[in-house]
Formats: sequence, structure tokens, C-alpha cells
Amino acid sequence: MVISVLSGKGGTGKTTVVAALSELAKKVIKVDCDVDAPNLYLFYQGRDIEKKDFYGGKKAQINGSLCIECDICEEVCKFGAIKNAMVDPFTCEGCGACTIVCPRKAISLEDEKTADAFLTQTEKGIISRARMGVGSEGSGKLVTYLRRNVKRFEEDNGITMIDGSPGIGCAVIASITDTNFVLIITEPTKSGLGDLKRILELAERFETQVMVCINKYDINQEMSSQIEDFAKEQKLSVVGKIPFDKKVMESVNSLRPITEFRDSPARKAIEEMWICMNRIMTTKDF
Amino acid sequence: MKVAILSGKGGTGKTTVSTNLAMTLGVSYVDCDVEEPNGFIFLNPSIQKCEDVFAEYPIIDREKCELCGACAKVCQFHALAKAGKEIVAFEKLCHDCGACKLVCKTGAIAYTKRSIGKLESGSVKDVNCYRGILNVGEPMAVPVIRRLLGNLPEEDHFIDCPPGTSCNVESALKYATAAILVTEPSEFGLHDLKMAVELVKLFKIPYGIIINKDDEKENIVKSYCRENKILLYGTVPYSMEAAAFYSKGMMLCDDEFHKRIFDQLANKIKEAFAW
Amino acid sequence: MKIAVSATGQNKESLLDRRFGRCDYFLVFDTVTDDFKVIGNLGVASGQGAGIAAASQLIDENVSIIITGNLGPNAYELVEKAEMKAYSCEEIPVFGAIERFHKNQLPEINAAGNAHHGMK
Repeated sequence: MVISVLSGKGGTGKTTVVAALSELAKKVIKVDCDVDAPNLYLFYQGRDIEKKDFYGGKKAQINGSLCIECDICEEVCKFGAIKNAMVDPFTCEGCGACTIVCPRKAISLEDEKTADAFLTQTEKGIISRARMGVGSEGSGKLVTYLRRNVKRFEEDNGITMIDGSPGIGCAVIASITDTNFVLIITEPTKSGLGDLKRILELAERFETQVMVCINKYDINQEMSSQIEDFAKEQKLSVVGKIPFDKKVMESVNSLRPITEFRDSPARKAIEEMWICMNRIMTTKDF
Repeated sequence: MKVAILSGKGGTGKTTVSTNLAMTLGVSYVDCDVEEPNGFIFLNPSIQKCEDVFAEYPIIDREKCELCGACAKVCQFHALAKAGKEIVAFEKLCHDCGACKLVCKTGAIAYTKRSIGKLESGSVKDVNCYRGILNVGEPMAVPVIRRLLGNLPEEDHFIDCPPGTSCNVESALKYATAAILVTEPSEFGLHDLKMAVELVKLFKIPYGIIINKDDEKENIVKSYCRENKILLYGTVPYSMEAAAFYSKGMMLCDDEFHKRIFDQLANKIKEAFAW
Repeated sequence: MKIAVSATGQNKESLLDRRFGRCDYFLVFDTVTDDFKVIGNLGVASGQGAGIAAASQLIDENVSIIITGNLGPNAYELVEKAEMKAYSCEEIPVFGAIERFHKNQLPEINAAGNAHHGMK
């Protein structure tokens, strides 16, 4: 059973919710697919049991001793990545067009390491995560790898919980594909609703079931109602409404999941949401 | 001056800060978060121009094609594949690099285009506003970001960047001559801020920090700035009121209290960049 | 004819891998020689286009039958155009999957049969 937690808009509370749901679920594997800004592992005192180099793309490299500086490569590069027989690795897309035209075969495409990929053992299951080099490309490919890398630990009756990244691009697409459920965490703001519509449009292109959660719903009750009306129109279940709760910031800053805080209205709401989600997901208890 | 506003972590307030600074300083606003652009919700410019962003992809002339498969072999992105009797093109995977055409010995490859997004521009109160919007379902934002930034006239800009620290943000930073990093005073905010600082340093442009949703106390971000000698331009205090304004799509600087805050920030920034 | 089975390991007792584009290996059986060979799936190293890379490898190997769990839409398009046929099987040992195929017990994969993959 794979659940991907997404949002469209950044900062709506995906990681907080994933950490909390992971405490409530019985058998859970976590995948932190927010590879640009991975925060999930901060909640856990984990031990890295695997660390692997990840190659996210290729870069062109010019062998200076063979290069005759004819600049044909510069002309052919559609990304403007070559100037004066030097490749700008930030701009190079690794397409290889330059390697084809070089009259001296002085250019080669080399694999570029873009991230360290980890498997981290925590008290409550494994996290598959990565530390990506800043400015790197290939986030979609990395997300695919992180999901695949943890598959061998999947058990029957277990849940794979994905902490997704904001947006709707390739990293998010790689987090939606091949899942059973997508839980969209939204916020009651105009930006939140706009972004919800776009992430929903994307999710609907996949064979997955979408659920919605409104976080900090009491910041603007009117917007919350608008979102609920919209969800109803789209025949989507709003599985949870989490109130604004100062304890959540405390939880983030003490790096403990919100489930460890008593008297937390947010914790209570998430527990109720988990019950609601289970009713939808299956008759089995996760 | 082309000032990029980025954060690493999502939801820290890039759009809040960039739209309000743009109006305060009368500087053009560019929304580069093409996957989920929100700036226009607050600025509400009247749109004067709208155009499609196209990406090219190969089409194979079956009469000229000899099915040698060289194009499929050379494509690094698996956008072409040989299927027995034809070469199949997968347009969404194509990076528009031209490598396939270069290897085709029979001239069987030509390019056609499809729309991957839109560019819009307009203005509000003499402030020019620009944005890019990626079509839902398209995996790659970078081509839209590049077109958006490549089309801009010569003027000062605030560039509202996407969240994260990877290729999307990096392609926006390439156009920037300075950067403002917007963060929130939390462990997550600081963790991601450090990644954003690492990225900005690669571009060797002046940069500084604004703390949004500030608790007005000594906090881990302020300590981090001090310890690492990073310029802190100022803070925007956290308030339920500001959150409410934001939720309704209102500009903070339309309110007296926040207008003063943004005036102060604007002055600090002008001073820091010698603007 | 050649039958390719997506697999988690390198021998006939290994379990079938229901994922096509991202499986570790393909076991390619030749019904004429009754032998099989193991090929590493190049799709594993790809981000997008994994299914395409995997299908292309099998096209190069002159495979005519594929046994796997599901095919994503890109792989499916390629398989169809290459006039290969694909069949769906549960996660059982590879030799069991081949037996079921020969007994006509495996459902054919057509576009409508995609369960959890890719874009509609």
C-alpha cells in the first residue's frame, strides 16, 4: 500500500503529517521524495545503514589535449553551455550533441554524481532519503531511485509513505505514479486553493485515489469552506481538517513528531484523519 | 539589478516578500515559480500580453527513414525508440537538444512543436509584472523559466523563485545579480536555508536574509546569520493578522503596520545593494 | 520464439518482478534451444523513460513475448508498435510464470489493463 503525501503549494505541512501518520501506522516505510529540501529524517535519531552515490545526469567533458578550438561544439549546443571550448556544468544538459559533431572526438559524456542516497534505520522503520548537490538536475530520477531502493523492505500489510515535494513537475510526477493513494495537504488560502487545483489536475491523470486534508483550517474558515465545496464538486474526500496549533511549531523545533505532544489539537485531528483514511483505504487495519 | 528571492523550504514567504518589495520599490516583479505561480493573486495586474511557450520534438519522415536506429541510440533521454518497423517518438521526454537530427544520415528527422506552458505580462500601478505557467502534466519547468527570463526587457527585477535548491531555482539564479533568501525561524527553515546559501554562493553574487514569520526573539536563524557573518536585511513579524491577509490574497503593504516594515526592508536592501 | 520475464534475480527460481521498467533483470527464454539468458535491465539507470529503455532492449533481443506485472503507457506503446505481446502474471517464480503462459493461464496486457501506472 503506497500513500503519497503532496501539496502543490510549499509549506502546507506535508512533512509534519507524514511523521505523525508514520507513528500511527503499524508497519511503515518512509520515502523522503522532497529531495531538494529533505526534512523528514530530522525527526528521527536514525542510523544510516546504506549510503550510495547517485548519478543524476551526464555532463560533457572536453579533453583539452585533443581539442583544436574549432568551436563547432559551441555552435551546436542548444543550451549555450559551451563557450571558448569550456563546458559550463550548470547549463550542460548532458545531451551529447557536442560529442557527435566534434571533429577530433575530444568530447565525452561523463556520469555526474548528483546525490548521496541513504537508507536510514529508525526506531519506527526505514527512511529512504537523499542529500542532493545544490543546483543539480535529475530530481525525478532520484525520486524514482529512492522509491525503488526501499522496495525490498516492503511487507504485506505494510505501508510505504512518501513525503513529496511541492510543485507539479518531474519530481512530483515520479511521486504520484504507481501509488494507491495521494493525500493532498492544502491550506485555507487563495494560493493554497489555486495550487490544489493544479496538483489535483495532475493527480487525476494517474490511476490513484485522491484524498484531501485542510491544514490550519481555522486561519480562514471561509476559504476552508470554499475548499470543502470544491472538494465536494470534484467528488473528493476531505479526510481531515487540522486546526492551527502552536504545538506544531514546538514539535518541529524540538524535532519530535506531533504525536508525542499531549493536549495538541493538531495531534487529535491527525489521529481522527488516520481513522477516516483507514475506512477509505481498506477493511484491514494499517 | 536582478534580485532573486529564494528559500529552499517551501512556504516561507518568497511570494509575500517579493510582491510586497516590488510594490514598495516600484520594481518589476517576475514570478518564476512556473509550476505553482501565485504572485498575480496578490498583485492582480491587468494582463496585457499572453503567449505560448513551445518545445520542439522530432518527427520522423518514414519515407526517408532507414530504421538504422542511430537516433534512438544517441538520445540520452529515451525520447526515441526503435520498434521493429518504425521509430517512435516520446515528446514529453524530449529535451530539444538536436542530437537525433545530427546523427540521422538520411535527413529523416524534422522538428515540430508543442505548447508546454504560457508567459503572461501586465502591470499594476506602474509596476510591470511577468510570469510563466507550466502546463499541468509537463515534467520540465526549466524551459519555461528560461523563456520567461530570456524575454524580459532591460530593467530592474525581483525574481520570485520556485521552492527547492535544484535545477529550477538554479536556472532562475543564473539571471540574478543579487539574492535575498527568505526563511522562517524553525529547524526545517534553517536546515533548508543552509542548502539555499550553499547554492547562492556558487553564483558569487551578493546575498542576504529576510526572516519571515519572525518570533521577534533571539532564534536559530539569527544566530546562524551572526555566526556565519551573513547580512540580515530585516524581519517580518509573525501575526495571525498577516496570515489572514495572506489567506485572502491581500497585499501586506496595503496595511499601515506592514507598509512601514516593508519600507524599512526596502531601504535596507537599497543600501546593501547600493541601488 | 523468445519470451522475456521481468525478474528480481538471475535464475528460473527467482521471483517475477511485477514492475517492467524498473526490474533488475530480464530472463529471456528461447523456446527453440530451451535455454535462457539473463540481461540486466538498462531501464533501472533511467529516470523517465525507464519503460522505453527496457522495451528497447527486448526489441534488440528479438523478444516476441513479455511476461511482467504491468506496463506503463510509454512501454506499452513501444511494445504494441514492435508487435510484441505482453502478459500479466503474479509474483511467482519465473519458471512458474513460463508454465502458466504455455497453459494460456495469463491475461494479456492491453492499454485498459493498466492498474497503477503512468499517465492516462
